Amino acid sequence: MPVFTQPVPRDLRAKLFELNWAFVLLVVLTGCIGILMLYSVAGGAWDPWAVRHASRFGAGFLVMLVVAMVPPRLWMSLAYPAYLGALFLLVMVELFGATAMGAQRWLDVGPIRVQPSEIMKIALVLALARYYHDLPSEKVSTPGGMIVPVLVIALPVGLIAKQPDLGTAVLTGATGVVMVFLAGLSWKVIVPGMVAGVAGGIAFIRYGLEEYQRARVMTFLNPENDPLGAGYHIMQSKIALGSGGLTGKGYMQGTQAHLNFLPEKQTDFIFTMLGEEFGFIGGIAVLVLYALILGHCLMTAMACRSVFLRLVTMGVTTTFALYVFINTAMVMGLVPVVGVPLPMISYGGSVMLTVLTGLGLILGAHIHRAAEPPRGAGLFG
Amino acid sequence: MRRDKQEAQAQFNRRTFMVGAGGVGAFAGIGAQLYTLQILQEDEYRVLSDNNQFSFRIQLPTRGRILDRFGETIAENRDSYRIYLIREQAGDPALALDRLSRYMHIGEARRERVLRDLARTPRFQPVTIAEGVDWETFSRVNLHLPELPGVMPDVGEVRTYPMPAAFAHVAGYVQSAPPEIAGDDPLLRHPAFRVGRSGVEIARDTELRGSAGSLKVEVNAFGRVIRELPDQSRLAQPGRDVTLTIDSEVQRFATERLGTESASVVGLDVQTGEIVVMASTPSFDPNLFVLGIPSREFRDLNENPYRPLFNKAINGLYAPASTVKGVISLAALRHGVMRPGERVTCRGSVQLGNRRFHCWRREGHGPVNMHDAIKVSCDTYFYEVASRLGIERIRETALELGFGQLFDVGIPMLSQAGGLFPSPQWKRARTGQGWSMGDTYNVGIGQGAVLASPLQLAVMTARMATGRAVEPTLYPRRGPAQFARLDFDDAHIEAVHNAHVGVVHEPGGTSYWSLGGLGVEGVRMAGKTGTSQVYSISAEERARGVRSQDDLPWRLRNHGLFICYAPAEAPRYAVALVVEHGGGGARSAAQPARDILRELILRDPAGRSGIVAARHEPINLAQGG
Repeated sequence: MPVFTQPVPRDLRAKLFELNWAFVLLVVLTGCIGILMLYSVAGGAWDPWAVRHASRFGAGFLVMLVVAMVPPRLWMSLAYPAYLGALFLLVMVELFGATAMGAQRWLDVGPIRVQPSEIMKIALVLALARYYHDLPSEKVSTPGGMIVPVLVIALPVGLIAKQPDLGTAVLTGATGVVMVFLAGLSWKVIVPGMVAGVAGGIAFIRYGLEEYQRARVMTFLNPENDPLGAGYHIMQSKIALGSGGLTGKGYMQGTQAHLNFLPEKQTDFIFTMLGEEFGFIGGIAVLVLYALILGHCLMTAMACRSVFLRLVTMGVTTTFALYVFINTAMVMGLVPVVGVPLPMISYGGSVMLTVLTGLGLILGAHIHRAAEPPRGAGLFG
Repeated sequence: MRRDKQEAQAQFNRRTFMVGAGGVGAFAGIGAQLYTLQILQEDEYRVLSDNNQFSFRIQLPTRGRILDRFGETIAENRDSYRIYLIREQAGDPALALDRLSRYMHIGEARRERVLRDLARTPRFQPVTIAEGVDWETFSRVNLHLPELPGVMPDVGEVRTYPMPAAFAHVAGYVQSAPPEIAGDDPLLRHPAFRVGRSGVEIARDTELRGSAGSLKVEVNAFGRVIRELPDQSRLAQPGRDVTLTIDSEVQRFATERLGTESASVVGLDVQTGEIVVMASTPSFDPNLFVLGIPSREFRDLNENPYRPLFNKAINGLYAPASTVKGVISLAALRHGVMRPGERVTCRGSVQLGNRRFHCWRREGHGPVNMHDAIKVSCDTYFYEVASRLGIERIRETALELGFGQLFDVGIPMLSQAGGLFPSPQWKRARTGQGWSMGDTYNVGIGQGAVLASPLQLAVMTARMATGRAVEPTLYPRRGPAQFARLDFDDAHIEAVHNAHVGVVHEPGGTSYWSLGGLGVEGVRMAGKTGTSQVYSISAEERARGVRSQDDLPWRLRNHGLFICYAPAEAPRYAVALVVEHGGGGARSAAQPARDILRELILRDPAGRSGIVAARHEPINLAQGG
């Protein structure tokens, strides 16, 4: 296979040449759809969402390219400190975090509002990848080799769930679990683990959820029971999507969205608005766009020679895929309403940065896919 | 080592492939659900979307106006600024009212009323907080609307009566439909909609009401109207105007002329039967009822002994007293029991068995013929006439002239407004006693059990004046009125007519000195006084010093009556007027009745020139006396 024989590019020009430009194009396309939709949300105005989304996307895009250019050894060396830093910030949120809509999610650092759970998504991926990169593959399924990943995953997930931000907690936890699976955990551990996981999940829903979260889960199971309460969002979202039909009501013609029947349409429910205005064709087009991005991610992961880059790529890919899946499934009433945005299309700064940083890592992995660093200290490049 | 690595890579790729397959499955699931929603269930959700998006708002029809015979406005609509509250959007109603009270005054009573109304109204239905809000307050509330969720300002129409006192009884008023009437009708349940509750407003309600329209509107998730879609709306059909036969100028004059007396008047066009004046005093302000009258003010009105809420003109019943003497005379002439020139000598009283029947003039009138008897209102003469006629023949003629008839003029009347003209059968059924000559005597001078409304007295006057079966109406007739001739000789009508002219224009007439004529040059009038006894002063009271009506409390004093018509040469307008407890008719009723009649004559559309010329035969004014 030619990829294995390719040299690892060293200088910037070679790296730029190696950049997966098709992937970059898909990302830009997605960001533009976001701008288009946020322009519509405001009723045909750049203000307040579209223009800020565009500038954030532009900044994030540059971050993505910079991240792609940085040699992977830098990420490896940053993995543990970043993780510990993010963990510290999560504890700080728990202690001093700003409360918004009943949840503590932000830290105000001077003028900047930091959402540590977003940093943690990247940091966890890096930390786990680094750990497995350094761990001999035969030790992956030993008790000693399992305790660290379990702690590395459980600590942040627990802190995020306590904020409470169930969506991010599930997303972060699932990413970690997929990475452990991809790292080569033995089926002998996985099967009993899944059984225990299902049991634990049921117990968690029963006893570990806040009242409003339980209500959401119950409402999800039967939204028509509470058409004006917690089920309202799901019903209105389905009405908006369903009434869009095959070709939609036309750009900026989405009555459900524009008459405010649709909640939080600039963030979590933007896909609904897209589906209402562009119909099934538009919705499928966006899903295909994401699928193409994810396909590129999978190809990159499989092309990588190093465990670190493989796992980083798959970690980011899993997070990205879960964003898309949970968000779209949520607005269609397939999963409970949890606050998960649609990557690069939903309005929101922290998520945009997280996603584009992650995609930068994947682009970097693509550039450095042929590199085969030894275990231990990061010696890429 | 290399094999290990390759094995690890292979395992990773296998598992990545599995994860990818899971991802493909998940995306397929999403796509399938999207297909289900947008393709398979599209129609279903499109309907739900339309239901979200559009809603029908009821559009209130403009209520028709009520106009007088010359097109003057009696009832119309003016813009009214209202403030509603919708609980669904307001959240806690008490809090919403607190917020609103920063910009407008909300009294404790109103606050309680609104909270009570809110509690029993569906969440999405607006409840009136205030109506008839002044412009300043209204615009202030509008300005601060963003801070006042659930508050809905609205400009609507409210019924207004520019001549409130004059038309309170005739036009009536409108109010919100009470729940038992409103039922489930969304129009009637609308807080701004009013239905007729009395008078013309209730009698012609369906006509005045029009029909509601429906306005298709686009609403947002909070129920706020974003856009109106007039092409898909049905316009409200405004109500029709209703024209009355009343002359509002004269009506207003009559109401003022009667002033604070407890009195009523009915004026008819004797040719057409059209009611040109119908007033009852004291009156009230129907505008108060439209917006909801405070209970204290209503109690004051309801408990007032002068009964301002009661339309005395059609529902008040009084003994007609001497005003009936023309009727008795016509009966006597028809049956030949009394020749016009035949004289009866009045000595002040007549003995009948052990009872003494007095003439109002204690010293007696001496010998009087029919003309004089009417002119001076001699009771003795009519005792004699009545005894010769007998009750049956009196009653027959009285009924022909309108007694005992319920004239439906087109506004709600009480069932007893038909009055009463007694008969032996009636007396037996009522008291178990037989009819006596004394009863006939009493009926002969319009006392006893005889009861008539001012409307009936006006009809009686019109029939005496024209000899035709005039029927009253409050609404203009289509085409000329053709009333059947009553079965009286012209000569008899003429004789009675001349006697009534004599009452006013001949010395000795009961109204000669007090009126001195109509007060319009070249136009003479006919009239008849009446004093309806309410309480008879007993000998014992007389001994105690209660000598006259003025010594009695108001509610025991006699009613004063006066009927009249003019021009005497060609009768056009008839007026009947009753002043409750006003004392003698000559004193209390004659002047206001004459003034109102004069007003009618002066305002007659045909003009004064037409008045004098109309009569075919010249009248011999020298006759009688």
